[in-house]
Amino acid sequence: MDGTPLVELQHINVAFGGVHAVQNVTVDLRPGEVVGLVGGNGAGKTTLIRCLSGAHPADSGQILIDGKPVSIANPRDAKALGIETIYQTLALAENIDASANVFLGRELTSRFGDLDDAAMESATRQVMGRLNPNFKNFKTAVVSLSGGQRQAIAIGRAVHFNARILIMDEPTAALGPAETAQVRDLIKQLKSEGIGIFLISHDIHDVFDLADRISVMLHGRLVGTVNKADVTTDEVLAMIIMGKMPQEVTQHDLAELHG
Amino acid sequence: MTNVADAPPVQGQMQPPPRLSLSGLIAQTEVDLRLFGMLVALAVILLVFDIISGGQMISPTNMVTLSVQATGIAIIATGMVLVIVSRNIDLSVGSLVGFVAMSYALLMTDWFPNILHLPPDFPLTWAIAVGIGIGIGAGFGAVQGFIIAYVGVPSFIVTLGGLLTIRGLVWYLSQGAAVSGLDPTFQLIGGGAAGSMGATLTWGVGVVGCLAIVWFLFTARRQRRRFAFPVRPMWAEAVIGLVGCLAILGLAAFANANYWPKGLADQYAAANGIAVPAGGLQISTGFPYPIMILIGVTLVMSWIAKRRRFGRYVYAYGGNPDAALLGGINTRWTIMKTYIVMGILCAIAAAIAAARLNGSTLDVGQSYELYVIAAAVVGGTSFAGGTGSIAGAVVGAFVMQSIAYGLSFNGVNSPGQNVVAGIVLILAVGFDAWNRRRSRS
Repeated sequence: MDGTPLVELQHINVAFGGVHAVQNVTVDLRPGEVVGLVGGNGAGKTTLIRCLSGAHPADSGQILIDGKPVSIANPRDAKALGIETIYQTLALAENIDASANVFLGRELTSRFGDLDDAAMESATRQVMGRLNPNFKNFKTAVVSLSGGQRQAIAIGRAVHFNARILIMDEPTAALGPAETAQVRDLIKQLKSEGIGIFLISHDIHDVFDLADRISVMLHGRLVGTVNKADVTTDEVLAMIIMGKMPQEVTQHDLAELHG
Repeated sequence: MTNVADAPPVQGQMQPPPRLSLSGLIAQTEVDLRLFGMLVALAVILLVFDIISGGQMISPTNMVTLSVQATGIAIIATGMVLVIVSRNIDLSVGSLVGFVAMSYALLMTDWFPNILHLPPDFPLTWAIAVGIGIGIGAGFGAVQGFIIAYVGVPSFIVTLGGLLTIRGLVWYLSQGAAVSGLDPTFQLIGGGAAGSMGATLTWGVGVVGCLAIVWFLFTARRQRRRFAFPVRPMWAEAVIGLVGCLAILGLAAFANANYWPKGLADQYAAANGIAVPAGGLQISTGFPYPIMILIGVTLVMSWIAKRRRFGRYVYAYGGNPDAALLGGINTRWTIMKTYIVMGILCAIAAAIAAARLNGSTLDVGQSYELYVIAAAVVGGTSFAGGTGSIAGAVVGAFVMQSIAYGLSFNGVNSPGQNVVAGIVLILAVGFDAWNRRRSRS
């Protein structure tokens, strides 16, 4: 793996009042790569990634895209750079329908600036046909859809707009086994298209199945980044729980982990 | 779109098999059932009052009067929908109507002739006055909207302050005096015999309305065909088109069955040398201008709410402010714009109020805010945000006005009308809450 990384987050700091949610964290992502971002609750994964998606700008630090420094002050900036985000909360307006959500903030319009609902519905039908062929409720408000269907809409929104960089925050948390498998296939497919993916997940097996590298965070700091091929799940668990890199872990630690 | 280029195009879903139950047939017409239900309720209310009054109330004259009385509230209610949908409130509308109405009166009686020295025959003074009034309304709306959206003061507080402040400013405008004697053309905005379109134009409006319905149905169908989406069965399109056209032509006929008052008709006959036939000269009023203004406002506001980005953002923000923000929407500007729209609508309503009065007093628009909010809520707008329709609010305004008119027609005094109006408001919201809980479980 060489060449310029697609994304570099360098020395990122975010504080809420006196709480340092993210401290001096540096991670990167290459084209066609999946980087798993793992850590316990409150480790700062989501906060870190919100800097990249424009939801909450960093207090300090630098973001580079294709090696060039960029400024991401809001979600529009991020989207203009080809960064799409699937939030853990899904960020759907539940009172409007699927295509209105997919195109929220980026509506297709006619020459006179009127919303082109038919064109948006058509594009949504295409993207949903790929993600969830059973999805049929294009005219109903999202509020009456199932968790899996909502997830599909949130993913469809990210996928439709030619993302170069995809951030997935717990994309399978609300899904059943069949839908989870679909999402895994999708991630593999997007990866093969050269898209870089940050995958945040609680599920260590998900991460091991999909990620090329794994960055571990604990208490707002980066414990380290490892190649998946070089580590075992136990070693990653030790990083998550104890904040120790694989070479620092002792037999005693491992015993405690399983104790 | 490289990501989706390899995906097979998805064909339109199968149409549901035709069902022969009544509910199945209604479902296939895709009619807004809620709005339909409210229209039925409105008809029932009118019929009940008509029966109580011994068949006296439902006459062309009474219905035209009732409609004109409802226009001000209905016009502002269309804007209140956007404000409430985006989780805010506007309590200042009544005071703003008062301020702009007084501005119209002073512009035409004092400022134009005495300050700007415009000659009495200066063209289009009425239009210039309306333009200035709309500017004033938009300005007040912009200031309140800015404080709410950018400074972050709750809308309840800002507009409560606006209610007090702006009503106080009305006094300073005229030093407490009532002002009257407006431009004769401006007075036509208020309706009445002269401020109506007459029979021919009213039929013309009816025909244009029918053509618009047919064109609208046709383009909507073609648009869905273009993408191979399921379309309504042809019979449903025909029923909707037919019912819509009959309703419009029926209203035109009804309005044309309203005639000029005898005194005015006799004056007109004498002035134009027309022989008065036995039983008096019958001149149809047709649609009054304020009704035409209301129809125009309703169409434009529905278009803004459903077909424009701004409307989409208002609803998205109401449904989930966070999602709107993460979608890259400029939510602050969106909120500020709802208040600017509100100010413009207040200025339009103020023009109708001032024209009807042929002037303005200190209390024009007093307690409008309560009736406007009631109209929006009775019309299905939810304080939880995200739901509400423009057409619903207009029907809501007519429901409230029909109740007030019906009670007054049957001899109930104004305190009694307030008692009933308050109870109806609570019942409407209670019904809505009950309906929501039922549909969720």
